Amino acid sequence: MTATAERKPAGGRKIAPRVDMPCQPAGERIRNFEEVALGYTQQMATEEALRCLQCKNPKCVKGCPVEVPIRDFIGQLAKGDLEGAYRTIKSTNSLPGVCGRVCPQENQCEGACVLNAKGQPVAIGRLERYVADTYMALDACDHLAARLTCPAVDPELRVACIGSGPASLTVAGYLSARGIKVTVFEALHEVGGVLVYGIPEFRLPKSAIVEKEVQALRTQEVDFVTNWVGGRTFSIDDLFAEGYRAVFIGVGAGLPRFLGVPGENLTGVFSANEYLTRVNLGRAYAFPDYDTPVYQGRNVTVYGGGNVAMDAARTALRLGAESVRIVYRRTRDELPARHEELEHAEEEGVILELLANPVAFHGDEMGRLTGVTLQRMQLGEPDASGRRSPVPVEGDTYELPTDLAVIAVGTRPNPILLEATPQLKLSRRGYIEVAEETGETSIPNVFAGGDIVTGAATVILAMGAGRRAAKEIRRRLKGGE
Amino acid sequence: MPCKILEKERLIPGQTSKLVIDAPHIAKKALPGNFVILRVCEKGERIPLTIADADPERGTITIVYLVMGKSTALLETLDAGDSILDLCGPLGKATHIEKAGTVICVGGGTGIAAMHHIAKGHHKAGNHVVAVIGARSKDLLLFYDELSSFCPEVLVSTDDGSFGHKGLVTDLLRQRLETDKTVSEVVAVGPVPMMAAVAKTTEPFGVKTTVSLNSIMVDGIGMCGACRVSVGGETRFACVDGPEFDGHKVDFNELRQRLAAFKPQEKASYDHHCKCTCAGEK
Ligand SMILES: Cc1cc2nc3c(=O)[nH]c(=O)nc-3n(C[C@H](O)[C@H](O)[C@H](O)COP(=O)(O)OP(=O)(O)OC[C@H]3O[C@@H](n4cnc5c(N)ncnc54)[C@H](O)[C@@H]3O)c2cc1C
Ligand SMILES: Cc1cc2nc3c(=O)[nH]c(=O)nc-3n(C[C@H](O)[C@H](O)[C@H](O)COP(=O)(O)OP(=O)(O)OC[C@H]3O[C@@H](n4cnc5c(N)ncnc54)[C@H](O)[C@@H]3O)c2cc1C
Ligand code: SF4
Ligand code: FES
Repeated sequence: MTATAERKPAGGRKIAPRVDMPCQPAGERIRNFEEVALGYTQQMATEEALRCLQCKNPKCVKGCPVEVPIRDFIGQLAKGDLEGAYRTIKSTNSLPGVCGRVCPQENQCEGACVLNAKGQPVAIGRLERYVADTYMALDACDHLAARLTCPAVDPELRVACIGSGPASLTVAGYLSARGIKVTVFEALHEVGGVLVYGIPEFRLPKSAIVEKEVQALRTQEVDFVTNWVGGRTFSIDDLFAEGYRAVFIGVGAGLPRFLGVPGENLTGVFSANEYLTRVNLGRAYAFPDYDTPVYQGRNVTVYGGGNVAMDAARTALRLGAESVRIVYRRTRDELPARHEELEHAEEEGVILELLANPVAFHGDEMGRLTGVTLQRMQLGEPDASGRRSPVPVEGDTYELPTDLAVIAVGTRPNPILLEATPQLKLSRRGYIEVAEETGETSIPNVFAGGDIVTGAATVILAMGAGRRAAKEIRRRLKGGE
Repeated sequence: MPCKILEKERLIPGQTSKLVIDAPHIAKKALPGNFVILRVCEKGERIPLTIADADPERGTITIVYLVMGKSTALLETLDAGDSILDLCGPLGKATHIEKAGTVICVGGGTGIAAMHHIAKGHHKAGNHVVAVIGARSKDLLLFYDELSSFCPEVLVSTDDGSFGHKGLVTDLLRQRLETDKTVSEVVAVGPVPMMAAVAKTTEPFGVKTTVSLNSIMVDGIGMCGACRVSVGGETRFACVDGPEFDGHKVDFNELRQRLAAFKPQEKASYDHHCKCTCAGEK
């Protein structure tokens, strides 16, 4: 950290290149489930923080759905004020260690950063991660979280969250820091939603990061009740009868879509949710030490092109597959996955089988998957959305051997709570309808946010929705602005 | 939240046990046909087991399980006073019960316990319940007394003829359907081949037949699709759309194949368990 202060670029001065993220070498990381990106060192973080222009009117913040005061925290970090930086981030973001890892920054804060003009925006996500991790390593975040709680939590002002994904965790963080008692009910045996059952350990460590952020909420007196299913173990009416003053629904989108092609129920064809849940929630990578088994594939094919497909493909590699292909209907340019994840996947040896679409799965006499017929596709005219839609190349099909297929083509709303709550108004697509400003549903004092409102989206959008609802809940329970 | 085991009864020693568990939150909501998902310990697998009975006043549920592999073997090591780490429920759609006349409830093996809760529901709704239960031999027969306490008729078959009819439950079922035209529904719970045979038996009579499918499950809340079954050519999720379906429309062959998916891993897991237990490491 020598004389870094002078290197601060002033207007017009040449700006240093973005500091690279150190990673586990590809050849090594495909043999373990440890985190791929290793995180900045203090020196790297300072160097990167100093690239920030400290804009008068920072564009980056506008790109952030929870409005992290990005310029301010980077400024504090550049000055070596780590605690200040952490407090600044935590003032609007309850899960910085998570967001620093999984947010699609290139489309959000970094996409809006003025330095983006040259393709070298400040690495905001990496800096956020550095700040969060360093604090967690010091075990100071727990203290700090506690100190953020100025008013004592009022046991009479009770709010329930159903589901424990990022949307609910944000509601819990916001309200408990403002003196409101929050209880989070989760159907599974672990708290965190997709952060624990979907996103793999090598991208988002469970005990090191997710559990720590949850722990910080516990010190704010948030209660977590696992194995409680909204709509089965309890109803929304039960919650009000028990004295809860408001309810937030953050149950995610959950129910997997399948392709609807012949052979899809053969043994060896999995939804990405099942495959990833077995591995992440069930820790199947440590089988048989842990009891949950996972199917071993040699020639693996994954269908879809988003983050979920990338995660499934990279998981299969780590579990010892010989070849892993991502089968996607369009071209590489349209792949919706985060850029960084796509690059990491390719480095690790995931093969892209582009402009291809499955039409049938084949199996042996035992009902076990052996192969797939793929239809060659081409990009047609742009549709209403401006996206060129894939159309089949007539008569051009081919076969691929595969013994493990993972379907990652999206989800539908989970029906359990919705069926049990018929008064809840749903959109045409079956998601919960809410008032845009407040997140309130058709039932008074019942709010909703995250994937169950938008359909499968992102962690940060779920958090943004949680924050909006939490602001309104606070206003109703405590008055004031 | 861990749930305490209040009573344990070894129905068939080393093979089938009954647990009465303190779970007021589940007991309050449990209906016939519902199941729970449980995890015995930290490293354990989530497994589904039917709620064989529920007592909302006492706040308890009863489960009956057959020791199949590692998870049920682990469960078998617990006794009254021990706790089950995770117990989640009630899950699945409740049995559709209405007053309809005579209902035949067929149970096989451990399925008799699950069938018992359904039969009780039909009895409470005012139906004439005929229980048809089968086992390999007399000692392996479950819930005979419980069923006899409210069912006006309990018909028994054993493979070896040690009790009741010598032969299969489907023999008794067919005889009954041939002579009794008042039967409005047949419900079957048991091993897949038995349920398939029941559905085949009732088909020519055109009697509504409900089966309770034991497909492999992971979350039990509609999130993973592991439990999918083909019913009438459509893919349905047993945990949220079922577990009960129209037996005449179920693709039993596919169900059987899917149940075998993890055979090699399950064996590895069980062997690992035995090794660890023997070495006293557990
Ligand atoms: C594999 C995968 C990778 C992803 N990668 C990224 C990424 O890199 N970056 C990114 O920004 N986003 C990513 N996403 C998307 C992101 O994780 C989701 O958009 C986000 O988690 C949605 O948050 P949520 O709070 O709405 O619900 P969820 O995270 O879905 O959590 C909902 C929780 O509610 C529980 N629940 C459901 N029903 C009930 C009920 N009836 N009662 C009680 N609890 C219930 C569920 O068990 C679950 O724990 C990924 C998603 C997946 C599946
Ligand atoms: C809705 C439902 C209700 C059930 N009710 C009962 C019950 O009341 N009593 C009872 O004894 N059993 C019941 N079962 C079956 C029970 O879940 C399995 O026997 C148990 O999961 C086996 O676990 P294991 O580790 O001991 O054996 P494993 O070694 O894992 O498996 C042995 C065999 O059990 C089957 N199996 C494995 N995992 C599952 C799973 N997750 N779900 C279903 N079957 C599986 C497979 O055929 C497998 O080959 C029910 C299943 C379902 C789906
Ligand atoms: S827009 Fe970029 S340069 Fe400007 S304050 Fe934000 S991060 Fe710094
Ligand atoms: S068990 Fe996962 S969807 Fe039914």
